[in-house]
This record gives sequence, C-alpha cells and structure tokens, in this order.
Amino acid sequence: MSWFLNFYRSAIGKKAMMALTGIILFGFVLVHMIGNLKLYMGAEAINHYGEFLRQVGGPVVPPYFVLWVARIVLLGAVLLHIVASWQLTQMNRKARPIDYGQRDAVAASYASRTMRWGGVLILLFVIYHILHFTTGDAHGNFIPGDVYHNMVTGFSVWWVSAIYIIANIALGFHLYHGLWSLFQSLGLNHPRFNSWRRNFATTFAWIITIGNISFPVAVLTGLVR
Amino acid sequence: MELNSKIPPGPLADKWDTAKFNLKLVNPSNKRKFEVIVVGAGLAGASAAATLGELGYNVSCFVFHDSPRRAHSIAAQGGINAAKNYQNDGDSIQRLFYDTIKGGDYRAREANVYRLAQLSVNIIDQCVAQGVPLAREYGGLLENRSFGGVQVSRTFYARGQTGQQLLLGAFQALERQIDLGRVKMYNRTEMLDLIVVDGEARGIVTRDLVSGAITSHSADAVVLATGGYANVFYLSTNAKASNATAIWRAYRRGAAFANPCYTQIHPTCIPQSGDYQSKLTLMSESLRNDGRIWVPKKKGDTRRPDQIPEAERDYYLERKYPSFGNLAPRDIASRGAKEVCDAGLGIGASGRGVYLDFADAIKRLGRETIEERYANLFEMYHDITAENPYEVPMRIYPAPHYTMGGLWVDYNLMSTIPGCFVLGEANFSDHGANRLGASALMQGLADGYFVIPYTIAEYLAGKLNKQAKPDPAAFKQVEDEVLQRVSRLVSANGKRSVDSFHRELGGITWDYCGMSRTAEGLRTAIGKIAELREVYWRDVKILGRNEEPNQALEKAGRVADFFELAELMCVDALHREESAGGHFRAEYQTPDGEALRDDEKFAYVAAWEFTGDGNQPKLNREPLEFENVHLSQRSYK
Amino acid sequence: MDLTLQVWRQASRDDKGGFVEYKATGISAEASFLEMLDVMNESLIEKGEIPIHFEHDCREGICGSCGMMINGVAHGPKKGTAACQLHMRSFNDGDTIRIEPWRARAFPVIKDLIVDRSPLDQIIQAGGYISANTGSAPEANMLLIPKPVQEKSMDAAACIQCGACVAQCPNGAAQLFTSAKVAHLGLLPQGQPERYGRVVRMVEVMEEMFGSCTNYGECEAVCPKEISIDFIARMNLDYLKAKFKGVEG
Ligand SMILES: Cc1cc2nc3c(=O)[nH]c(=O)nc-3n(C[C@H](O)[C@H](O)[C@H](O)COP(=O)(O)OP(=O)(O)OC[C@H]3O[C@@H](n4cnc5c(N)ncnc54)[C@H](O)[C@@H]3O)c2cc1C
Ligand code: HEM
Ligand code: HEM
Ligand code: SF4
Ligand code: F3S
Ligand code: FES
Repeated sequence: MSWFLNFYRSAIGKKAMMALTGIILFGFVLVHMIGNLKLYMGAEAINHYGEFLRQVGGPVVPPYFVLWVARIVLLGAVLLHIVASWQLTQMNRKARPIDYGQRDAVAASYASRTMRWGGVLILLFVIYHILHFTTGDAHGNFIPGDVYHNMVTGFSVWWVSAIYIIANIALGFHLYHGLWSLFQSLGLNHPRFNSWRRNFATTFAWIITIGNISFPVAVLTGLVR
Repeated sequence: MELNSKIPPGPLADKWDTAKFNLKLVNPSNKRKFEVIVVGAGLAGASAAATLGELGYNVSCFVFHDSPRRAHSIAAQGGINAAKNYQNDGDSIQRLFYDTIKGGDYRAREANVYRLAQLSVNIIDQCVAQGVPLAREYGGLLENRSFGGVQVSRTFYARGQTGQQLLLGAFQALERQIDLGRVKMYNRTEMLDLIVVDGEARGIVTRDLVSGAITSHSADAVVLATGGYANVFYLSTNAKASNATAIWRAYRRGAAFANPCYTQIHPTCIPQSGDYQSKLTLMSESLRNDGRIWVPKKKGDTRRPDQIPEAERDYYLERKYPSFGNLAPRDIASRGAKEVCDAGLGIGASGRGVYLDFADAIKRLGRETIEERYANLFEMYHDITAENPYEVPMRIYPAPHYTMGGLWVDYNLMSTIPGCFVLGEANFSDHGANRLGASALMQGLADGYFVIPYTIAEYLAGKLNKQAKPDPAAFKQVEDEVLQRVSRLVSANGKRSVDSFHRELGGITWDYCGMSRTAEGLRTAIGKIAELREVYWRDVKILGRNEEPNQALEKAGRVADFFELAELMCVDALHREESAGGHFRAEYQTPDGEALRDDEKFAYVAAWEFTGDGNQPKLNREPLEFENVHLSQRSYK
Repeated sequence: MDLTLQVWRQASRDDKGGFVEYKATGISAEASFLEMLDVMNESLIEKGEIPIHFEHDCREGICGSCGMMINGVAHGPKKGTAACQLHMRSFNDGDTIRIEPWRARAFPVIKDLIVDRSPLDQIIQAGGYISANTGSAPEANMLLIPKPVQEKSMDAAACIQCGACVAQCPNGAAQLFTSAKVAHLGLLPQGQPERYGRVVRMVEVMEEMFGSCTNYGECEAVCPKEISIDFIARMNLDYLKAKFKGVEG
C-alpha cells in the first residue's frame, strides 16, 4: 500500500486516483439509474427495491449494513475524487500565473473544459438530492419508504424537475469526457481499442443522462403519476 | 608560421592506430585537474563535450542557443555515411575514403579522410546504442539508401530528420553529463573572443545574451565546434544564427584559416520569392532523378509554364551535357542555372529560378509513382510556395549550403594556436574542395566522439602540473577589447539596420564569389566589401543597450566578422588560379565547362595568417601528398 | 496586404509588459510569418523603435526555436507546422493578428516573445537519455529492432522541444513533451534497462515545474510534429508500473 501513497504524491498518481474513484462513482450512477427504472414497473416494484437495498445481505449481516458499507465507499470515493481534483486544479493554476490575452481551444471538447464546474454542480446536486429523496428535508411531501410517492410528488414541482434535468446534463458532460479520460489516466491505450474508448464514453454518457432525465420528464408529462 | 600536420608515419591504414598508441594519456585521476572549454554543441561540439565529460575532464560548454539541442546540425535531412557494407554492394573503408577524396576534388588530406572512413563504422554503433532510431528493414536490421551520387548504398538515415536524431543522441549524452555535474552548460552565451596567453589558448570571453555581461572563462584547452560560415552569403540554407565569429576571432588571435574560398552551392533549393526573404530551403537532390530542368528560350516570357510550347523551352542541362543531362553533378547543375539566369532567362518574380518539371515523368510513370517517390517533398514545396508541383513545374535555384573551408588543424585537430582545437564544419579538415552528401554529419561525430578524446590528451598531458597560473591582466585586456567593440557598435548611431548591410554584403559575395568567380570580379568584390565595411561601422543603427537582450547587437557583431571573412574568401579565391570542386574560376575550365585543376601549382592547403587590420593576410602552404590515390580529372562524359 | 498587429512587448524579465499595436503594411502573401515580423522590425528600426524580439533559427520547422501564440493558438492557425512554416497567405488583408509569448510559470518571459524554456532541458537531464558511454557500443546490427517499433519510436523522437504543448495546454502541462521522450527511448530495446527509473525521474522533475494533464488534447492539436497523446497514456502506465515495482528515481 505504501507504493500507492508514494504514487499518489505525484500528479499522475492523483489522476489515477480520480480515475479509480470515477469508475466507482460511474458504477454507482449506472446501477442507480437502472434501479430507478423500476419506477416504470409501478409503485410496488420500486418501493420493494428500496426495501431490498435496506435489507440486502441479511440474515448474514444486519439490515442497513450493506447499504452503509456502500455509502461509506461512495462517500470515500467522492471525497478522494474531490480532494484530488482540487489539488490538481491548484497545481494547474500555479503552472500559469499570468494568463494569455487570448487562448483559443483548438481540440478540447466543451465537456473537457467544464469538468471542474461540472463536478461542483454535481456535488451541489448530490447534496440537494440526498436532502430531497433520502432524508426528505428538502421535500415538502416526504413519506419514508415510499420511493414511488416521493418521486412522483417531488418531480411534479417543475423547478425541482428542472434542477434534476440540468444536473443530469452536467453529469452527462462530465461522463462524456471522464469516461474517456480515465483510460488515458490509467494508461489504458492500445491502437486496437482506442476507438472503443470514445464510443464507450459517449454511449454511457448518453445512457445515464437519458435514463435519469426520463424520470422527471415522465412525471411532468404525466406518463408516471 | 609553421604548418606541421603531424600526420603519423606508416601505411595509411595503420596511421590512426599508430597515432593512438603514440598519443600521450592522462590518467583518470588527473583528468579532473583539467578544465576544457567546448564552444558549440552541434554534432561536433555536443559529442565532444559529452565524451570529454565521460572521460572525467572538467568541461564547460558554451552555445548561443537557448538549448544545445538547437544547433544547426538539427536541420540536416538526408543521412550519414558509414562504411558498414551492410548491403554487400562492395563498400569498404577504402572505398569511402576514395569517394571522399575524389569528391573533394583531390584537395583533402589523405590521412584525415582515411581515419574518417575508419571511424564512420563506430559512429553508427555508438548512435544505435544511444537510442537513435535509424531506419530499419522489416527484419529489424539497419537500412541504407544511396545518396550523393556514389555507387554504393552506405547512407544511414532517420526519416528526413537524420541530423535531428543524431544530434538528439549527442545532446542526450551531453545532458547526462550535465546532470552528473561533469559538464557545466552555458546556454545563451556567445563567445566573442579567444584568450591567448604566451601563444597558447587559455580561455574565452563571452557575452551573456540575456544580461549582456561580458565575462572571461579560463581553461587548459579550448575546443571550437561552432559550425560553418555559409551565412556570409546572407541567403543560404543554414540556420539564421549560424555565424563565423568564434573561428574568426580565433583567426585574428593567430589561428590559420584554411581554404576559405571552398564553399558549396546546392543546386536544388526553393528560389527567393522577394526582398523580404530571410533564408532558403533545401529540396532533396533526388528530385533531379525524374524532373527535367528548363527555362523559356525567350527573354521575359511571362506565359504560364504549361503554355510555353516544347519548342520554346531550353532544357539546358540536357542540351549541354547530353550524357548526364539533369543528373549532372551539383556544381555543374548550379552553374548552369546561374548562367541562364544571368542571361536574363530566369523565371519567377525575381528572375532567379529555373523550372524543375515533372510533367513528362508523370506522363511516363503515372502520378502514383511520382507520389510514392516524392510525396513529402512535394508537400513541403507546396507548403512554402502554395504551388502544386503535380500541376505546375517546381521552381528551383542554387543556394549556399556548406563551407569546406575553416580553421586549419593538424591531424590532432589542433589549430595553429596550441591548445585551441577545432571540430566539425568549423575546421577545414576532411572534405577538400567539395563535400559529398551525408559526410558532414559523419565528420562532426567522428571528430567529437572519437578523435578529440584521444588527441586532446596529447596536449594536456604535457601540461600536467605545469599549468600556467591565471594571468588576470591578459584576461582583462581581451575583455576590454571585446567591450570596446561592443560599445562601438552600440554607439554607432547610424541610419541603417544590420540586416540591410548583411543583405548587401551577401549580394556582393554571391555575385562575385559564389558559383562562378573571375579575377576581375573578385577584385571588384574586395573593393566593394572594403567600402561597405567602412560604411557599416559608421552607419549601422543598433537600438537599445548592451546590458539587455539585444538581437540587433548580436547580429551586428556577427556581420562585422562576416565582412572580414568575406574579404579573405575573395582573397583566397583570387589567389587560387585553378578550379577545384566548389571553387570555380571561369578562367580555368575544360572545354565542357568542367572544373580544371592545376595540381602542379595548387595541390596545397592555403592557410591564411592574420597580420593585423589593414594588412594583407599571409599565405602559408601545406602541400598535399597523395600516396594512395591517383589524381585524375573528374569526368562526367 | 496590410495588417494590424497586437504584439506583446516586454523589455525584460521584470518589466510588466503589455500589448502594443502596430500597422504592418505592404506584406507579401508569399512571405513567411517570421519574415513578416522581419519587415515589421525593419520599419521599427527606421522609426527608432526597438525591434520586436522573437526567437528563431532554422526557419524550417526543425530547431524548435520559434514559437509564439498567434491569435490564441500556439504556432498559429496552420496545423502541424511551427510558426516559421506559417505563411501570410493563411491570413487576409486587413486582419488583426495578436501575438503573445508562451505563458507558463516555468517559461518566464525574457524579452517580448522570447521565453526561457530551459526547464525542458532539465527534464531531459533527469533521465532523457540512454547511459552509453562513447566507445562502449556493440556492433549496431547485433540489435534487431522491428520496423514498427523503430517507426513508433521515431514518431515520438520527432519532437522539436518547442514548448507549444505547454503553451497551449490549459494546465500548462509538459506531458506531451516528456512522454514523447519517455516513449522514444522506452520503446527501443536499448532503452529497457533504464526504462522505469527514467520515467520516474523525468516525471518528478516535470511535475515540480509544470501543471498536470487532464487530457484536454490541446497539445496534440498544436504540436508541429503532431505527436500523439497516446504517448501520454503510455507514460502514465510506465510510471504506474514503476511505482508498483517500487522503482525510485
Ligand atoms: C539544410 C541542410 C541540410 C544538411 N543535410 C546534411 C545531410 O543530410 N548530411 C550531412 O552529412 N550533412 C548535412 N548538412 C551539413 C551538416 O548539417 C553540418 O555541416 C553540420 O551539422 C555542422 O555541425 P557542427 O557541429 O560543426 O556545427 P553546428 O551544428 O552548426 O553547431 C554550431 C554550434 O556552435 C554554437 N556556436 C557557434 N558560434 C558560437 C559562439 N560564437 N559562441 C557560442 N556558441 C557558438 C552554436 O550554438 C551551435 O551549438 C546539411 C546542412 C544544411 C544546411
Ligand atoms: C457521480 C459523480 C461523479 C462521477 C461518476 C465522476 C466521474 C469522473 C471520471 C470518470 C473522471 C475522469 C477521471 C480521469 O480522467 O482519470 C472525472 C474527472 C473529474 N471529476 Fe468527476 N465524477 C463525479 C463527481 C465529481 C464531483 C462531485 C467533482 C467535483 C466537485 C468532480 C470533479 C472532477 C474533475 C475536476 C475531474 C477532472 C479531473 C482531471 O481530469 O484532472 N467529479 N470524474
Ligand atoms: C433523476 C435521477 C435520479 C433519481 C430519480 C434518483 C432517485 C433517488 C432516490 C429515490 C433515492 C432514495 C433512495 C432511498 O432512500 O431509498 C436516491 C438516493 C441517492 N441518489 Fe439518486 N436519483 C437520481 C439521480 C442521482 C444522481 C445523478 C446521483 C449522483 C450523482 C444520485 C445519487 C444518489 C445518492 C448518493 C443517494 C443516496 C443513497 C443512500 O445513501 O441512500 N442520484 N436517489
Ligand atoms: S511535443 Fe510537440 S509541441 Fe511539445 S515540445 Fe515537442 S514538438 Fe513541441
Ligand atoms: S493539452 Fe494539456 S491536459 Fe494533457 S492532453 Fe495535452 S497536456
Ligand atoms: S525557427 Fe526553427 S522551428 Fe521555427
């Protein structure tokens, strides 16, 4: 493990850490999106799913145990992801103390240029989102355990839906660059599969964005009520 | 002045071994007691500095560039020769030796050239070990191509970047020594004078190109590897900053300058496109394999080339040299172009250009074949001229490219100033009156990696524990002289820019001491140069101060030296009443326009000695003895 | 053609500097960009103003001396070329052209458009070589190098150390430059013995002075030799492996 700490001290190490935590976070948002698709199977399916998540692992481990492990892993990943990105950003700011009068982007995609602000947006969203759907503090009509109800009532407020839609577009951009970038950061580069890296990132960025945006849209359009 | 070439005795093939055995050694623990200054980090300088560092000497290396990796050597494209005979096509050390002597029109020293051919083999080994990515065959073995009109394929190359890759090899070795603390690197530091105390080279005076500080540095030996002086012509294929200041200052301090009139003009360069033109770009000679060279028969014909009918074109090389045609050797092709342009038949806006036409080749071989052979060259041409050579003929014109002349050195590469060694293009040693393609890189690396490390010891061994004490007064005096010169330039306060003078000087040297020279022209040139030089010191305008980065001031010093060198070039060209290689005197030619040598009178190295400003330089002769090759007239019929 | 130039003028390292506007008139479309600056400078000298300082030497895209931001792009609008290979026909009559020096903490301005790029040399000093003392080399053809390997190594070795990658990178990272040298040597069999130590030492020196790479790909787009960012990935992996193996610099 000490080799890793030593490795982390370098910028390349920090980038690898961002990639690894990014993979964890990506895995979560993907599974989370798929899980949420149960919304379309009706109240019972999704509420049951929510219940299942709380009970999973039993009887070997007590209820909530797996959930908490997952939460801790996620929280750790988010923290490391953010700390590393903050440290790298500082390093990069320092590298050019005097800016240009003009510097045009010639190759960098919009997505790559908005990683930092996109990331902050996602973070703010996640905080709001947890207060909204997990604790219910930011939800006017929260019923613990009734995920279906919470979602439908939550998204029927237009501006709540708008927040979700905007945040998920930001997430889409973040993933569009991030899911490609992580291969570079980890040195996974081979002429054979380089074009797949781009396709992989584009595909999953779209899947996650479309999937997540579909929920508020479905509620607003009355498809799910 | 006595010219002792120190050629070792014995048969040609054994001379270098004999020399290596007889040269004194400096024992490892004593090496670090010696300070060696290397000026220049092109192929010659970087290889020398790195190798001397590896051996344990205390080396300081000076370049005016911001990094040693930018030396002009970086620009060499074609390749480097070596007598490896990997192609089994009859090459040998003996043959490379012979080709080089003959190519040099029998004006080079046999012993040096033979050593060069021997060492060529080691150079390739060394470069491969350093990681130079030389071209390979599919089987993983090294590839060769033929180059420079010889009959064997002995040229090693790395795409079109051979010079760059070889220089990176030497540069990396040098950077390693810098990291190890054995070489101290001075970038952006220009040598402005050589310090000679009691007749021996003892250091240099430099100007820091950022702060303007003039400083002296002492050493037990000074190695100059500062490149050639083709920029005396202003427009050349050399990098813009290439200059002769280091060797010229050494000349003025007592180093003999050998054969300054031996300059090489390359026939296939992109012509000048306007007065703003700053340098000329070389196009590979190989284009002449398929292109046909012509000019319109009528003066001032402004029609587009494709609208000039066949009957109104003059394929002058094919006409004059029916057997060789467009493949006539470099000097003949160059002079042919000059003649038609002088006659007012040149093409392009400047009238200084001829067509190199691929229309017939495309018709005969198909566009694809031509693309296969020359795509990258055509693209480069297109980039520069915005003309498509597949559709309109290329325009080409000869340009100054290389200088065979340089400081006189003995077999040990030491100049006539003891302790001052000269390597690479800066010396005169190996190419006689004309250099073969792909041989300059070979010479630079042979000098730096394999000759100087042995020969410098011979000199230094004699100095062990007898090192003269620093002589602050002598150093101070040279420093003051440099300062005076600099302040004289800065305070000239005239009206004309340095470049305008350089351009004018270049025009004179090119017109009278370029591809073809006559006694009358050379006399005219000497007069004009003297006049212009006088105006220069009065009317040059340099803004800004010495104590800051000042590019005009940098140029000004270099151009001032070019003035003096140009004059010496003309003097040398005037005295050499024969034609040899790159030196063509119109009065001395065979009926078919071939260079006509006079071996009776001129089979010698002309080593000029400085005798003071305003005095005629003194000619010293080193006779050339040919024991192993038979002198003959080069014939291309 | 007639142009308006907005050029960064800075007398010395400590001077504050700023943009100065000039009119360049009667410029030939056939002139190179640097020749246009030469013409501009001649007219400045005539007027008694100090000419614009810029670095240049070979003027054919190989020495890596030249380099400046031209309208916000390192080496200007033409792809795969250095500033010296840019010609005025890439511009239109009446254009305004903004010219700035490279900007990075590691590249302080020396004067006008000239910056100090010696940190790139320091990266090479840290390990960008194969330790092979002169004279110790075996016969060159003892070593077989597959053509594709040699070609790829050559792709990386084509770097001219101009620093455009650093200049254009939003992070001021020298990743492309460093990775090109790591790959040039690390791909070749001769480079294997020092492969991992080399990457560790070079990366560590690089990171002391430059920013980090977030895979923008700007560097590749302005690199006059079009060196691929694939080499950056390769360097990352080599570095990771080196650390995993416990190789120290
Ligand atoms: C376009 C072109 C293509 C060529 N192609 C080939 C080819 O294919 N094959 C071949 O064999 N040859 C070729 N040549 C010739 C060859 O490149 C040169 O002859 C050779 O590289 C010269 O090397 P050098 O080490 O002697 O000097 P350079 O490489 O010129 O190095 C000079 C060094 O000296 C330094 N210096 C000079 N003056 C001073 C000073 N006063 N103070 C401090 N430092 C100073 C410079 O900074 C530089 O480091 C070509 C030449 C040109 C112009
Ligand atoms: C679900 C949430 C997130 C996912 C899935 C995610 C995923 C990723 C991935 C895969 C990368 C690419 C890593 C690499 O190139 O090696 C990345 C980069 C980045 N992330 Fe995130 N991220 C998330 C949240 C955040 C948050 C909350 C922030 C910051 C507040 C953030 C900031 C960044 C930044 C700045 C980068 C670019 C860093 C760099 O390339 O140096 N991300 N992210
Ligand atoms: C429109 C899209 C989304 C919907 C409908 C949605 C829905 C939900 C719901 C209903 C919960 C509560 C589950 C429960 O408590 O049983 C939840 C939890 C959570 N969501 Fe989302 N989510 C969406 C997008 C996202 C995104 C994009 C992220 C991350 C970037 C995210 C991160 C989380 C987190 C971290 C939790 C808390 C998990 C926990 O610890 O219990 N969600 N989500
Ligand atoms: S990688 Fe490209 S841009 Fe960077 S220094 Fe090398 S040649 Fe210049
Ligand atoms: S632009 Fe910069 S971020 Fe990386 S890919 Fe190139 S170094
Ligand atoms: S001047 Fe040499 S690369 Fe531009």
